Amino acid sequence: MKTVRNGSRRDFLRQSFAGAALLCAGGGAGALAGAEPVAAKSGAAGAKSRVVVAHDELLRGADSKVDSGRIQALLDRAMQAISGREHPVEAWKALASPGETVGLKVNTLGGRGISTNVLLVAAICERLQQAGVRPSDITVWDRDSSELERAGFHLAMGGERVQCYGTDRVGYEENLAAWGNVGSRLSKILTQRTSVLINVPVLKDHDGAGVTIALKNMYGVIHNPNKYHPDGCNPYVADLNMLPEIRTRMRLTICDATTAIYQGGPGYKPEHCWNANSLLVSQDPVALDHTGWQMIEHKRADKGLKTLEAEMRAPRYIATAADGEHKLGTNDPKRIAIVEA
Amino acid sequence: MLCGLEVQEIARNQAGNPLDRRSFLKCALASGAAIGISGAAQPAAGMGSGAASGTQDDARFIVEAKFYQKLAERKIKCKLCPRECTVGDKERGYCGVRENRGGVYYTLVHSRVCAAHVDPVEKKPLFHYLPGSIAFSLATAGCNVNCKFCQNWDISQSRPEQIPAEYLPPQRVAEIAKQYNCPTIAYTYSEPVIFSEFLMDAADAGHAAGIRSIVVSNGYMQEEALKTAYGKMDAVKIDLKSFSESYYRQVVTGQLKPVLNSLNDSDEEFRELAQWVKANLGPDVPLHFTQFHPEYLLKNLPITPVPTLERAKAIADAEGLHYVYIGNVPGHPAQNTYCPKCRKMLVERVGFTASQMLIRKNCCPFCQHPIPGIWHV
Repeated sequence: MKTVRNGSRRDFLRQSFAGAALLCAGGGAGALAGAEPVAAKSGAAGAKSRVVVAHDELLRGADSKVDSGRIQALLDRAMQAISGREHPVEAWKALASPGETVGLKVNTLGGRGISTNVLLVAAICERLQQAGVRPSDITVWDRDSSELERAGFHLAMGGERVQCYGTDRVGYEENLAAWGNVGSRLSKILTQRTSVLINVPVLKDHDGAGVTIALKNMYGVIHNPNKYHPDGCNPYVADLNMLPEIRTRMRLTICDATTAIYQGGPGYKPEHCWNANSLLVSQDPVALDHTGWQMIEHKRADKGLKTLEAEMRAPRYIATAADGEHKLGTNDPKRIAIVEA
Repeated sequence: MLCGLEVQEIARNQAGNPLDRRSFLKCALASGAAIGISGAAQPAAGMGSGAASGTQDDARFIVEAKFYQKLAERKIKCKLCPRECTVGDKERGYCGVRENRGGVYYTLVHSRVCAAHVDPVEKKPLFHYLPGSIAFSLATAGCNVNCKFCQNWDISQSRPEQIPAEYLPPQRVAEIAKQYNCPTIAYTYSEPVIFSEFLMDAADAGHAAGIRSIVVSNGYMQEEALKTAYGKMDAVKIDLKSFSESYYRQVVTGQLKPVLNSLNDSDEEFRELAQWVKANLGPDVPLHFTQFHPEYLLKNLPITPVPTLERAKAIADAEGLHYVYIGNVPGHPAQNTYCPKCRKMLVERVGFTASQMLIRKNCCPFCQHPIPGIWHV
C-alpha cells in the first residue's frame, strides 16, 4: 500500500511541477511560525517558502467519495511535513493555543460539487481540539450560511460545539478597512471571532482572475467583492490581503485540492473537475497560489487547453502580491520548495 | 466639486421613437435641465419597520434581468451598462445586485427597497421640475460605479442581502406615493441603473395611478437600456462627477491612489464642460455646481471652497449658459432661478424648499421670456 501510494504521489508531483525542486517529507522541514505576519516567516534572506503537496491516490473509496480516515491521514502527513513535528497534534499546537479563537475560512461558492470538503474541515477541527482549542472557539465560516449548507456543512451557533455560520448571521464592521485600492467592511467573524485565521480554500480556475486559491479566498471576508473583479482582480487581491486585520491573523493555508477545477470556474462544472486527491499547505499564500496555478496549468495542458496567459487571464495578482510594495510571499520558483508528503 | 445633468420631460410620450444618446439628452434637456449632485440625499427607511431584507435567495426579489446576453459555458454578458461584465455561473456583476444562476442572469433587487423617503424635489436637485413639490423617493442596494466620495456608500456599495430592506412591489410604491400626496416617484440615493427592471415596473404602476416618475442617475448605461428604462421617466437627472476622463477612471470606478495627488477644480475643465453643454444641449440647460463634502474614501479632502464654486459659475455664465446654479451651499443666491433676459428672480429657494415661484405659463411674468421646465402639475 505504502509503495503504491508513494510511487503515485511522486509521479504526480513530478508531472505537476516538472523542473521544480522537490523535497521529500521531512527533508528541510522547518518549524511552523506563530503569530507574526507571513512575510516575516518567508522573507528571510535566502530562505525558501515551503509548499507541502500531500497526495493520496487512494483517497477515495469505491463510490469515489473521499474517505474520512484517509483524508485525516493526508492532513496529518501534510501538517507533519510543514511543521517538522513527528506528531500532527504537535503541529497544531504550534499554530494555535488554548484560549485563542480559530477561524477556518472555507470556500463554498461552488456548492457541494466544488467547495471545501466537509471531511477535511472535520479533520482540522478534530486536531485543533486535540491541540487544546475549545470547540466553541473554532468557527467554520464563509460569506453566507445558505452557501455553507449547500456545500454540506451543518450550521451551528452557540453552545459548546464547533461553530459554523456565515457572515450574514453577524454582519460586517461599520467602519471601512482600507489599503491601496481596497476599501471594504470586514466580516465580524474575522474581526471578533478569529484571532487565528486558517485559510481553507479550493483549487479552482477562475474565469476572470485566472485562478482562485488562497489569496483570492479573502474576497469572502469583505462586503463588496464585486467591486474588485475588474482587471483580473489585480491589484485588488494583493491589496486586500495587506489589510492588517487579515495579515496579522493569517497563520496557515490548507488548500483543498481533493477535487479541483481547471476550466470554467469558479462555479461547479463537473466536466472540468478532476480528482487531484491532494492538499496544498503553506504559510506563504503567494507561493501556494503560484504552485496551485502551475497544477492547474499542467492539467489544462493535459486536456489540450490553452494556458491562462494565452487566454489573457493569467493571475497577475500573484506577482503583485510578491512585489516590493506588498511582500506577502514569493512567486519565484527558485525560492519555493515544494515538499511532497 | 461634482456635477451632473438634470434631464426633464424626456420622451415618455415619444417612447416609440428611437433616439440616439445625444438626441435623448438634447430632447430631454430642451425643456430644462441642471447639473448637480445627489449627495445631499440622506436615505432612510421612511415606512415600515426596516425589517431585514432576508437571504440572498429570497424569491420575492429575484426576477430575470432584462439586459443581458447568454454565452457558452453558462456565462452571461451583461448589457445594462458599458462595463459589459462577463459573469460566470454563481457570480455577480460589478454592481453586486445581478447574479448568474446556471446561465440565467437575475436581478436580486426587484421591489427590494432599502431606502424610502418623502423628499422635496429640490433635494434631488431638480430645479426646473415642479418647484416646491415632494417626491416619494426610493432606492435599492447597489451601484455600477464606486465613487470614492459617495455620500450613500453604505447602501450603494453593499450587496442587497447585507442591508435591511422592505418588499415594495410596484403597485405598492404607487399606493404609498398617493397616500403621501406625492405627484412624483423618484428613483435615487444609490444608482437606479442597476434596478432598471424595478424602476420600469414602478413607473408603469405610477403612471397608471397618475403619478410621474423621475430618476437621479449617473447615466452610465447602454443605449438600449437607457431608452427602454429611462424612456419611461418624466424627468431624468444625470450626475456628472467630473468632465475629466481620468477622473472617472480613477475616482469613480478605478484606482484611488493616483487621484489623491491630482484632484483639482480647473478653469479649463469648467470651461470645456460649459462649452460642451451649450454646443450639444443648448444654453437653456441648467447647470449645477455642487459643493463636495468629504465622505467614504475621500474623508481626508476638504470641502469645495465657495469661491471655487462661484468661479465655476462665472465661467459657465460667461460661456453663455442661462441657468447656472450652486448647490449644497444654503442661502447662496445662486440657488435661485433668474430670468435670463430681465434678470428678475423667478424662483426663490430656501434650503430644499421653493419659498416663491413666480413663473406663469412657462414664462417670466415680468418680460414674458419663456423659461424651460415643468412648472405646474
